[in-house]
Order: sequence, then structure tokens, then C-alpha cells
Amino acid sequence: MGGAEVSRVAVTPAAAELIRRLSEAHGPLMFHQSGGCCDGSAPMCYPLGEFRTGAADVLLGSLEVEGVAEPVGFWMSAEQFERWRHTHLTVDVVPGRGSGFSLEAPEGVRFLIRSRLLDPPG
Amino acid sequence: MTRYANPGAEGSVVRYQPRYDHWIGGEYVPPKQGRYFENPTPVNGQPFTEIARGTAEDVERALDAAHAAAPAWGRTAPAERAAVLLRIADRMEEHLEALAVAETWENGKPVRETLAADIPLAIDHFRYFAGVLRAQEGSLSQLDEDTVAYHFHEPLGVVAQIIPWNFPILMAAWKLAPALAAGNAVVLKPAEQTPASIHLWMSLVADLLPPGVLNIVNGFGVEAGKPLASSARVAKVAFTGETTTGRLIMQYASEHLKPVTLELGGKSPNIFFEDVSAADDDFLDKALEGFTLFALNQGEVCTCPSRALVQQGHYRDFMDAAVARTRKIVQGHPLDTDTMMGAQASNDQLEKILSYLDIGRQEGARVLTGGARADLGGELSGGYYVEPTIFEGGNHMRVFQEEIFGPVVAVAPFSDFDDAIKIANDTLYGLGAGVWTRDGTTAYRAGRAIQAGRVWTNCYHAYPAHAAFGGYKQSGIGRETHKMMLDHYQQTKNLLVSYSPKKLGLF
Repeated sequence: MGGAEVSRVAVTPAAAELIRRLSEAHGPLMFHQSGGCCDGSAPMCYPLGEFRTGAADVLLGSLEVEGVAEPVGFWMSAEQFERWRHTHLTVDVVPGRGSGFSLEAPEGVRFLIRSRLLDPPG
Repeated sequence: MTRYANPGAEGSVVRYQPRYDHWIGGEYVPPKQGRYFENPTPVNGQPFTEIARGTAEDVERALDAAHAAAPAWGRTAPAERAAVLLRIADRMEEHLEALAVAETWENGKPVRETLAADIPLAIDHFRYFAGVLRAQEGSLSQLDEDTVAYHFHEPLGVVAQIIPWNFPILMAAWKLAPALAAGNAVVLKPAEQTPASIHLWMSLVADLLPPGVLNIVNGFGVEAGKPLASSARVAKVAFTGETTTGRLIMQYASEHLKPVTLELGGKSPNIFFEDVSAADDDFLDKALEGFTLFALNQGEVCTCPSRALVQQGHYRDFMDAAVARTRKIVQGHPLDTDTMMGAQASNDQLEKILSYLDIGRQEGARVLTGGARADLGGELSGGYYVEPTIFEGGNHMRVFQEEIFGPVVAVAPFSDFDDAIKIANDTLYGLGAGVWTRDGTTAYRAGRAIQAGRVWTNCYHAYPAHAAFGGYKQSGIGRETHKMMLDHYQQTKNLLVSYSPKKLGLF
């Protein structure tokens, strides 16, 4: 990594708009990236603090969204991060039918991760 | 071939109601806030019924009904509870075709699978737990001549069950049969992607269960699932899904010191040793089918054999045959009995699979076949279809590490036994695995070395009751489809009894 800050997470305009609406309804927010079955691989959006992160988690970045007072932290389990760290993640949103306890599901939409390879170092 | 008519159309064997409320206390109850959501079929993307959008008030009402019913249900004779389970199984068998067609319409999976697997397995599950209950005995330990420890099984009381969308009726049966057998009352929340078929099932068996013993609350996870999973009024939570929600449910349960059972998926390796190709015979044919089973249920299986590890000695020949076999998969209308692969269960699931096809290519994985969304034309154009896809690459790639939950297999070669086990275990998960070889010793050693709860040996994707199913590592806690699950729904009561009239002599 070379010590320099690497941007790991971004957000599409459509996802930013949804984050704005959700934060108005629910207050400060957070993401935790899921893995595994069913709705695994989907980012889960919660009211800040609803999901308790710990030493097993990594904060990949804090999403600055215009019109949202507090940056939205994007978390992932450290073990999963070891297998995802070579990719850059963009939070997007698509029409869908919910998953887990993520806040946006009743809106008829679903956050989705789009990935690209991080630029090789140097 | 048979092409079943769409549910509700003329000549169909089944018809959904235009709306489903919550099933609470033996009757349909509208949602307190009066809101509903549309439920589309993945077959063509069109809504076919609307579903109650439950909230905490509805969950509380269901918990009231469950708590009212639990004591009497828990006291019924095991023979009586077993008889109820057997009657449920018989009723399902009488309506097998209707349930299968309804499940296909709900989930998008091919009707050949619901007819041959989902519904028959669900039926057998109720019969298995009826039998297990009758055979269960407590135990006693004689501690000395005058002191005996008796161990009784008691129900937990009221339990919460959150059901996934990939096998809506079968996964409900996996959880309901042991919970009801053990004498618990249940509040069940179906997945919001597949909320309707369980109601069709309920309409068939409602008269067989006392009111309140089984309650169904529909809705979204955040609005209905969370109040249920975090309630102090449930004695246990059972959940099948993914890791973040699994952790969240454990966090809620920790607040009340309540147990959970979790099934959270995997990234199951399917290992083909080179002696598989030693002869061109039935066994090789079976192994090639075993490879192609990644497409079963459109890959929406927690144990999808989504990593195929193929030994170098036969890699090219085996993969040529495997690609050819995969290209023979028939996609089509899920209600056509010739269709092998149907629709993905939802639009967001489709989008997620496509995002993995993208990152797989970016990471340098080669597409051997498939690799895109499928447009099947006509009525099906609005449905959620994906081509069965084979990637070739390395185990460090994201498509080898994450459960895509689609008809996508990632293939890598291995050199020898140790290399196979190293790659197989290089994953966060440990739910299923497959081992294919003509050598019994290799099969045994591989099966014991793989860190997974179920190692299919010279077979795959069999889910019989009486064989324990559950995960190592991050794949979860607990074992389903086995009498062990009865224990997960029971307390142990120990009566420690002295038959001696003599005091201890300490005071």
C-alpha cells in the first residue's frame, strides 16, 4: 500500500440520492458488506451503530455524500477484506426486493456493489 | 414434455389468492398499518399477488398468539404431535403437483426440480421428524445407589424462524418440522422475495394445526424481521442467509442471552481426481453431471458446487466434456418439464450475478461458456435469466471466494492430493464439498481433510433427511436435516433426585 491513502469505496449518484433520503428518515448511517449465502455479497445499510463492529472488522472508507451531515462508514469483516482488498468497490442501487435488515429494501430498491481492480502499486 | 399452465390461468393446477395477510392465531389478520407490497414472479417479472407488509405491531400480535398456544402444544403427547406432522406430509403429497407449480411460479426454479426434489423432500422431512420424535428418549444416570439424574427434553417455547428465498417451502420445512416436533410454537417470517408459496402451503394444512402453533408474518427484514429476531419474547432464532445478517442476529440474541442456529452459505469446492477419467463409463458420466450440478436451482443453493477443482492429469479432457455438458443445459419456461434451468429469483439477484461476471473478467478469469444474461424471448423477456457460466482462473479471484448464488462455476487445476486440499480449504466458508474418485482411500482421506460440514463423496446435491447438514467456519452454527436439530429446539431438564433419607452431615 505504500502508506498512502488508497480510495477503496465510492458511490454512484443514484446511490448517493438514496443515502440522502435514508439519512433523512433514519439519521446517520453505516454500511457493512455481507458475504455468503442468499443476499451475501450485498452491502447492508443500517442506522449508525445498529450493527456493532469490532476488532474483526475493517473500515474501508467513509463516504462523503452531499447533503448528508455525517460521512457514511463502509465496513467489512477483516477476513473478507483480505480476499477483496485488490478491488475497488462502488456502491450502486438497482430495483430489487430487499435482503437482510438493510434499510432500503422497503423502497423497492437494493444497494449493489460494482467492483474494479485497484491500480497496481507504483 | 408437459407445460403447466401459469397459476391462475385457465387449466392451471393451482391458483394464488390476489392478496395474503398475516397468518396469526389460526386466521388471516390484516397488517396493522394497512400496507401491502407486490410480489412478482421471476418467470416474467409480473406481479401476481400482494403481501402484507408487516411491522413490529404485527410481530407482537403473532408472538401473543404463539405464547398463548405454546404451553398446550408443548404438553401434547409425542404420538399426537408426530401424527400431526404425518398428516401434514400426507396432505402435501395429495397436492404435490399444485405445490410444485406454485413454488416454481414463486421462485423461478424449473418445475422438474420442484416436482422431484423440493416438495418430495419437504414431505419426507415432516415424516422424518415425526419418526425421530417417537424414537427420542430421555436418559438417566445412576450416580450412586440412592441418587439418580433424570434428563427430560422440554420445548423451548416460542421460536422465531427466518426463511430464505431459494427453497421457500423446503427451507420452511427444514425449520418447521423439528421445531413443531419438539413442541414449540413458531413465528415464521418468509423472505420478502418469496413470501407467497408458504401461504399456499398453509392453506392446505391449516386445519391440521391448533391455532397459534404456527404463525406467519410477512414483510421486509428491517420492518418485520428485525423486531422478530430482536424480541425478548422468542426463546431462539433460526436463520438462513448471509454473514452480516447472521452476525446482527447473534448480536440481538446476545442481548437476551438466547441461542441461535445459523446457516450462512459457502463457496463449496467440487474436487475431481484424475482417476475419474480412467474409463469412459457410467461413473465418468455421473461425475460430469456432478460438475454440471452448479446449475441446479440456477446456482441459488448455499452448497452450490461453485468451485470445481480438476486434477492436471485429466484437466483438458475433463473440462472439454464438462463444457459440452454445460452447453446442453436447457433453459426455458420454468413450468415446462423439459426445462433444466429457470429464472433467478429476483432482479437484484440477477444484477449481482452480472456484477460478478464483470469482475471475474476484469481479474483475468477466462469464460469457457456462457457469461451473460439470457433473453429467452416472448413472455420470458421480462424474467431474470442468466446463461450457465464456466470461469477458468485462480483461487485468489473474487469469483472463487464469494458465493455468487448464480449458475456460475469457477474452475482451477490442482497437481496432487495436498494441493487439492489446500485450495479447497482456502475459503472463509465450510458448508459443502464434493469429492470424486474411483479410489476409496483417496475419497476417505479427502473427505476427512476438507473443512466442511458435508462432503458429498461420488455424489452431490443430495439432501435427504437423516444426514446432518450445517457449516464449519463462517458457514454457520447447528446441524439441520437430522435428529440433532431436535436438540436445537429443546431444553434439557435435569431432575437430580436423592432416594436416601440420610442428611449430608455438613450442617
